[in-house]
Amino acid sequence: MAKITFDGIEVEVPDGTTILNAARTIGGSIVPPAMCYYTPLKGSGGKCRACLVRVAAGSAKDPRPMPKLVASCVTPVQDGMVVENTTSQQVLDVRKGIVEMLLINHPLDCPVCDQAGECDLQNFAFEHGVSTTRYEEERRTFEKIDIGPLIQLHMTRCILCYRCVYTADQLTEKRVHGVLGRGDAAEIGTYIENIIDNEFSGNVIDVCPVGALTDKTFRFKQRVWFTKPVNAHRACENPKCCGKVVLWYKGKDVMRVTARKDQYGEVKEWICNTCRFDKKETADWTIEGPAHIDRSSVISANHYELPVLNAQVIADLPESSVRDLEQNPPMRLGN
Amino acid sequence: MGRKLLTEHINVEGIDTLEVYRKHGGYRSVEKAIKTMTPDEVVEEVKKSGLRGRGGAGFPTGMKWSFLAKPEGVPRYLVCNADESEPGTFKDRQLMSKLPHLLIEGMITSSYALGANTSYIYIRGELLYVLRILEKAIAEAYAAGFLGKNILGSGYDLDLYVHPGGGAYICGEETALLESLEGKRGNPRNKPPFPAVQGLYARPTVVNNVESIAAVPVIVNDGGDEYAKIGIGRSTGTKLISACGHLNKPGIYEIELGVPVEEFIYSDEYCGGIWKGRDLKAVVAGGSSVPILPKELILKTAAGEPRLMTYESLSDGGFVTGTMLGSGGFIAMDETTCIVRNTWNFSRFYHHESCGQCSPCREGTGWLEKILHRIEHGHGTERDIDVLASVAKQIEGNTICPLGEAAAWPVSAAIRHFRDEFEWHIRHPQEATRPGVVYPGKAVLA
Repeated sequence: MAKITFDGIEVEVPDGTTILNAARTIGGSIVPPAMCYYTPLKGSGGKCRACLVRVAAGSAKDPRPMPKLVASCVTPVQDGMVVENTTSQQVLDVRKGIVEMLLINHPLDCPVCDQAGECDLQNFAFEHGVSTTRYEEERRTFEKIDIGPLIQLHMTRCILCYRCVYTADQLTEKRVHGVLGRGDAAEIGTYIENIIDNEFSGNVIDVCPVGALTDKTFRFKQRVWFTKPVNAHRACENPKCCGKVVLWYKGKDVMRVTARKDQYGEVKEWICNTCRFDKKETADWTIEGPAHIDRSSVISANHYELPVLNAQVIADLPESSVRDLEQNPPMRLGN
Repeated sequence: MGRKLLTEHINVEGIDTLEVYRKHGGYRSVEKAIKTMTPDEVVEEVKKSGLRGRGGAGFPTGMKWSFLAKPEGVPRYLVCNADESEPGTFKDRQLMSKLPHLLIEGMITSSYALGANTSYIYIRGELLYVLRILEKAIAEAYAAGFLGKNILGSGYDLDLYVHPGGGAYICGEETALLESLEGKRGNPRNKPPFPAVQGLYARPTVVNNVESIAAVPVIVNDGGDEYAKIGIGRSTGTKLISACGHLNKPGIYEIELGVPVEEFIYSDEYCGGIWKGRDLKAVVAGGSSVPILPKELILKTAAGEPRLMTYESLSDGGFVTGTMLGSGGFIAMDETTCIVRNTWNFSRFYHHESCGQCSPCREGTGWLEKILHRIEHGHGTERDIDVLASVAKQIEGNTICPLGEAAAWPVSAAIRHFRDEFEWHIRHPQEATRPGVVYPGKAVLA
């Protein structure tokens, strides 16, 4: 076990845990954002640099600070480590810079993008970015590539998090897409237009943090915040499929089916394409009840919850709020 | 005349053959190390020599070797980084094509010291003709019993392979190199784990530059202490400097570390001064990624001391008034050089070579290039200089690998030392874009 101090809060985690996951055991607003790291996908992380934190003391043995900010999602903790995230102005400034970098070539076509409302980039930019841009040059665009009847690839929106590549690598039998080219010309693609055809291919839609990979059967049908998420399950014939999903209703119609995500937007149990694309009748499913939605606040509009706060971090919290928090402790998020 | 430890016999006829190379004392270090020394003793000699990595970062080679994890029953690897592609640096190519056996000898001695039974030379893909020279030399070494099973009857086995890269600058970064060597896309890895713990095929690995490995035979033959006598302070031994740009005698020079920069540029023994009798404007001292320095600061430090060709002296003053020895790519620019154009050119390179894995570098290098392109072509705005500086700062230190810094440093340094010239470009676009016209703040082409 290693004991670390994260933003002034002490926490003990098993050796080998990453700084990000240690912070997630604390929870709340101190957790660094992550655009590319995805817990179930081995090897993911370290690319988007959104989760950079300052290590003020490397370990109890060697308490020197680390010279550069480190990616908290891939850096393991050391006993006695002191980490600063929201308490370091440097980290907050750099994060602002990362938002800017991710957005300069992003089309910002949120008004017509299916991902709007549940987009990690939108949330990230809203929480950490600035409202103006200094970028005057031409934005990078890509030709659309047809990758089959179920999934739409819109490369211009991609932030190259590599999640879909890892998903295909680790979930499906053979990966037919990957990253081609390099630098800002790098793109997700199938080498010489290929169809991504695999029972689990639909999961790349769920792991995509932006609107680069969207569900063709749901495309332009509905804004996500007008739909109502409901947990449901069915006994799926596919042994690798968990059969546990979220149905997104508009009135009586199931608009789309997705896997269930936790509070960090991560799918822990994958679903097959039959469940996702073919079972769109209420009769196909056993309904469990309304799905919990957080972080992507537009979807849960009108479902106000107490903010998740770490009273220890905010020194001068009004007494009424402290009392309020004690009486109604913030929900431990998750389903 | 300084001593030449690596290149003494470089011009001997037929030195690329084993026979001639042996006549000039070749492979002595292999015999000495394998027959009379333990691997740890070799490491100790390299430590004593104070040899610092010649690839750019200048990390002490002996210390790097002693960090290598040595779990029982697990193979270890030595990989030679011959992916030399930094603009301005062209020393390894020459060393390998003229003296292939020197590198092979160094690889054998170093592999023995590290306990590696398989070693690789990862060579830049464009240097296909050098690869052929190396392979021919390796075949000779196998035939002579310096490679293969039971080398010199000692029971030590070593196989040496040359692997060509696919033409990407990023594969000179050690972890990207390892990925590429494994047959994957050359993306740098997140560190930790470092290659000394999990390198090639997740095994403990040492990655060294060609010139560092070529120095090992000299150190083993003469002893580390003898090697350490050359040079000044912590900059020991000799260094190959590839001098290019507006010099009378550009080329590759082996210098004893500690030669004053002024002597290196102006003396007839080295570069012989600036061409066409012009004045020096600026120098990039260690390959395109290190900060550019104006004449006043490259010849003398901010404190007025003469600047020497050593790791310490060149970095005196940090990045405010100093630079780095880097990989020894010495680019001199005369008074007719446009710094904006030069900076744009460097930026264009890094934009093209970014692997695109992490966001600050992928997006930032392109942004820098586009702004510099605009300024150079007369469409700059007053705000651009500050945006450039700030974007460079946003990249620096926040990327997976040092390519981010390599892209940011030249831009920050150019703005730091030549801000006036950038402003002149923006305010006088018509003059600035006219061919042959250079910023009048210094001297104009006569």
